[in-house]
Amino acid sequence: MTTSLPLLSILIWLPLLGAVVVLLAGNQRPALARWLALLVASVTLLLSLQLWTGFDSTTAAMQFTELKAWIPVFNVNYHLGVDGFSMPLILLTTIFGVLVIVAGWEVIKDRVHQYMAAFLVLQAALTGVFAALDGLLFYVFFEAMLVPMFLLIGVWGGPNRVYAAVKFFLYTFLGSVFMLIGLIYLYLQSGSFNILEWHDLGLSMTEQKWIFLGMLAAFAVKIPMWPVHTWLPDAHVEAPTGGSIILAAVMLKVGGYGFIRFSLPITPDASNMLDWVVIGLSLIAVVYIGFVALVQTDMKKLIAYSSITHMGFVTLGLFIAFSIFRASPDGFGAAMGVEGAMMQMISHGFISGALFFVVGVLYDRMHSRDIADYGGVANVMPWFTMFAVLFFMANAGLPGTSGFVGEFMVILASFNASIWIAFFATFTLILGAAYNLWLVKRVFFGEVKNENVSRLRDINSREVFILTVLAVAVLTIGLYPQPLLNVMHVSVEHLLQQITQTKII
Amino acid sequence: MNLQDLQIVAPELIVLIMACSLLMLDLFLSPQRRGILHLVSILTMALAAIITLRGHPALEATGTVMAFADTVIRDGMGDLLKVFAYLTMILVFVYSRHYLKQFNMYRGEFYSLAMFALLGAMVLISAANLITVYMGLELMALSLYAMVALKRDDRRSSEAAMKYFILGSMASGFLLYGMSMVYGATGSLQISEISIAAAEQGSDNMILVFGLIFMVVAMAFKFGLVPFHMWVPDLYEGAPAPVVLFISSMPKLAAFAMAIRLLQDGLSSLHHDWQGMLIVVAVLSIVLGNLAALAQQNIKRMLAYSTISHMGFVMLGLLSGTAAGFGASMFYVITYALMSAGAFGVVIFMSSKGVEAENLSDYRGMNQRNPWFAAMFAAFMLSMAGIPVFVGFFAKWLVIQAVVDAGLIWLALLAVVFSVIGGYYYLRVIKIMYFDKAKDETPIQVPSDFRAVLSVNALLMLVLGIFSAPLIAACMAVF
Repeated sequence: MTTSLPLLSILIWLPLLGAVVVLLAGNQRPALARWLALLVASVTLLLSLQLWTGFDSTTAAMQFTELKAWIPVFNVNYHLGVDGFSMPLILLTTIFGVLVIVAGWEVIKDRVHQYMAAFLVLQAALTGVFAALDGLLFYVFFEAMLVPMFLLIGVWGGPNRVYAAVKFFLYTFLGSVFMLIGLIYLYLQSGSFNILEWHDLGLSMTEQKWIFLGMLAAFAVKIPMWPVHTWLPDAHVEAPTGGSIILAAVMLKVGGYGFIRFSLPITPDASNMLDWVVIGLSLIAVVYIGFVALVQTDMKKLIAYSSITHMGFVTLGLFIAFSIFRASPDGFGAAMGVEGAMMQMISHGFISGALFFVVGVLYDRMHSRDIADYGGVANVMPWFTMFAVLFFMANAGLPGTSGFVGEFMVILASFNASIWIAFFATFTLILGAAYNLWLVKRVFFGEVKNENVSRLRDINSREVFILTVLAVAVLTIGLYPQPLLNVMHVSVEHLLQQITQTKII
Repeated sequence: MNLQDLQIVAPELIVLIMACSLLMLDLFLSPQRRGILHLVSILTMALAAIITLRGHPALEATGTVMAFADTVIRDGMGDLLKVFAYLTMILVFVYSRHYLKQFNMYRGEFYSLAMFALLGAMVLISAANLITVYMGLELMALSLYAMVALKRDDRRSSEAAMKYFILGSMASGFLLYGMSMVYGATGSLQISEISIAAAEQGSDNMILVFGLIFMVVAMAFKFGLVPFHMWVPDLYEGAPAPVVLFISSMPKLAAFAMAIRLLQDGLSSLHHDWQGMLIVVAVLSIVLGNLAALAQQNIKRMLAYSTISHMGFVMLGLLSGTAAGFGASMFYVITYALMSAGAFGVVIFMSSKGVEAENLSDYRGMNQRNPWFAAMFAAFMLSMAGIPVFVGFFAKWLVIQAVVDAGLIWLALLAVVFSVIGGYYYLRVIKIMYFDKAKDETPIQVPSDFRAVLSVNALLMLVLGIFSAPLIAACMAVF
């Protein structure tokens, strides 16, 4: 289905245009910059809702497609479109596009216009990544999002921000250049940069293996997987609250989306052969990083590490399909793994975004992220604590919250593959409960620990707004995930069909 | 010689006439009215561009047209390179004016020497005969030597000039020696005839291959490729900033044309031999250029090493030996000239009186002092680092694609890994401008003409990136 309005283009270009306008507002008029940015982000969000209402969930074909020649000499096209995988992720992006601007409302006092503009550019690039159906266009957006994030961490970040910003940039850059060579190779084989054509392109096993590894380098860094995850805690700790939120909520999903859009359908045979690598790394992330999270003393770091374990579930859910198909040809449970991975991505977006906001609320008041500085916050901030505990519980995978759905589906799916994989994956339930509950106990419960805590004021209406939106999202997805699953179901079936067909020629 | 020939070289004639007129005009102008020289120079460039773009009737029919007993060729590649040469010249003139005024160099010599250098570059671009190649190269080089020495009372400037002159003459010697061997082997100075003779003999003819080696060495020197790069950092540091701006942009276009004329038009049958040589210099340049740039504190030296690595990238497209590869290199060299002009435009302004910035640390907190200026410089740095959607990315993409197409995937891997390493020092500039606090917070005032042109230049980085298709198509079409 195509609409007459180029909706996806508008979702990309409107924030970009907005960024220019916000920049023109200048440093002297921060209020104007804020309202302009909010206006642009809100309009974008409202427009993006059309994606949901106009989406046809009975087909796996790309929808809302746009196709224009971009660099015709090399058959590069401005080719956009969404399916059941990318549509929810774009909505996630536009929702957080508004939330991060509200999150930085009073907190950011220095160079507000540049801050707001950076977020709008980031949002445009993220939307572009999810909407691009052309390999080079995808790469352009993939790289372009680094610059605003780099500036956000570096300009408005914490004391060690330069190190974190440069590390973030170079890590991702290094991963993605290998993917670029993979993309170029695919172009030279197929004569086109069209991703959908690449899905049908026959490739030998050796070619597939190298392309798979090149893409793995890019997406493993982005998502991130152990052992290339070390940039994430640094980036999260130093980034301003808004930066952490968008990084955790949306940017990490680009890695998972990359696996779905590129690695699995383009190199299914190599993925099948090397799935043990990804599964192994995912389990390490789940178990080992879970333990690492347990010992963190910095709240942001703890959430960052918990993000890595949750992303381990995404990669596990995506790649478990291969061993399920090997175990039984009917592939019972494979769809559940992929859908679980998608659910996990969406849910983690809301939960981790909320958690970083929770930490941000505390940090704005106390200027400390150290768990040891807190204690008994519940006594002085009861409303805030209610929200915070909900999100930490969701992070631990409490049934009824969105955190439960994805993890449960992935664990169920992995039972169909191997009891041992499932065994290690279940560790997350124990470890997740441990580090989340322990943090809640130390920060929120108990006696008021010191004077600073006793002087805390409860959340204001702006903060209530953000927390409510996120809480509603977490609970809705947790209690009634069916609509979201419906949207992606056909696309998941299509993907499974693609990965079970050998492409070796 | 007849009128027909003159019509073909009309752009060269205009530049020649105007270069001589500027010399004369300078004598009769009072110092207060030197602005006329500036204006006339820019208008000349615009005029030359119009004449070049109007083309030649024969050009449309056959694609190439020869003049002066087949020693001069006019073709699509040459015209395209020339147009961008004029454009960079305009940038050079605008960026240089304030600096020249402040340092008492605002005289006719700068303009006429720059024009003569351009003329040399144009002759080189249009060369169809080894003698023409040499003539164009020397005309360009001699003008450049004199320009480097313009600040003659300055020790560093004189040292840079001496170094450049001595090494440059040596490179010219190499070139002549190589040419004489090629002549000996093929019996002709005409590039098209050399091509035919070389195809018959192939690489079995030792003298021919030997001549090729010498020519490649001279070419590598002109590009500033490792291991013939020693003059580059010293020249960039010592020479007056406008001259560095000039040397870092326009002559690269000429050097590219020289490589195409000699290697592709002349000795394409020896592709296998020169490919190996170019791989060596390309790898060394990319590796050493990027690594050495990491260690620089002086911004000019940093940019010098970055130029070296960029020229290594240009070689990647050339060495692939395919039409797409040549087009990629041409796109790279054209966009690099614009990129480099802009980056040095910023450096020139920062090193003029009242600012006197030499080191990277002088750019601290630029975003506070002048956000516009910081954003412009950041755009050039990101473009050089090859970050989309800036044009530098598309240039890198094309040359890497050419290399992968040629089956040299290891070379592509090496190139991208080192472009990540290179990314670090470009990011460092951005870090210094945006993340660090300014030492002194006085706002920086930028003259309006400078501001306008620099804005257009930086915007070009973005526009040529987003709408790269026409220029890419033009570059691909001429091979």
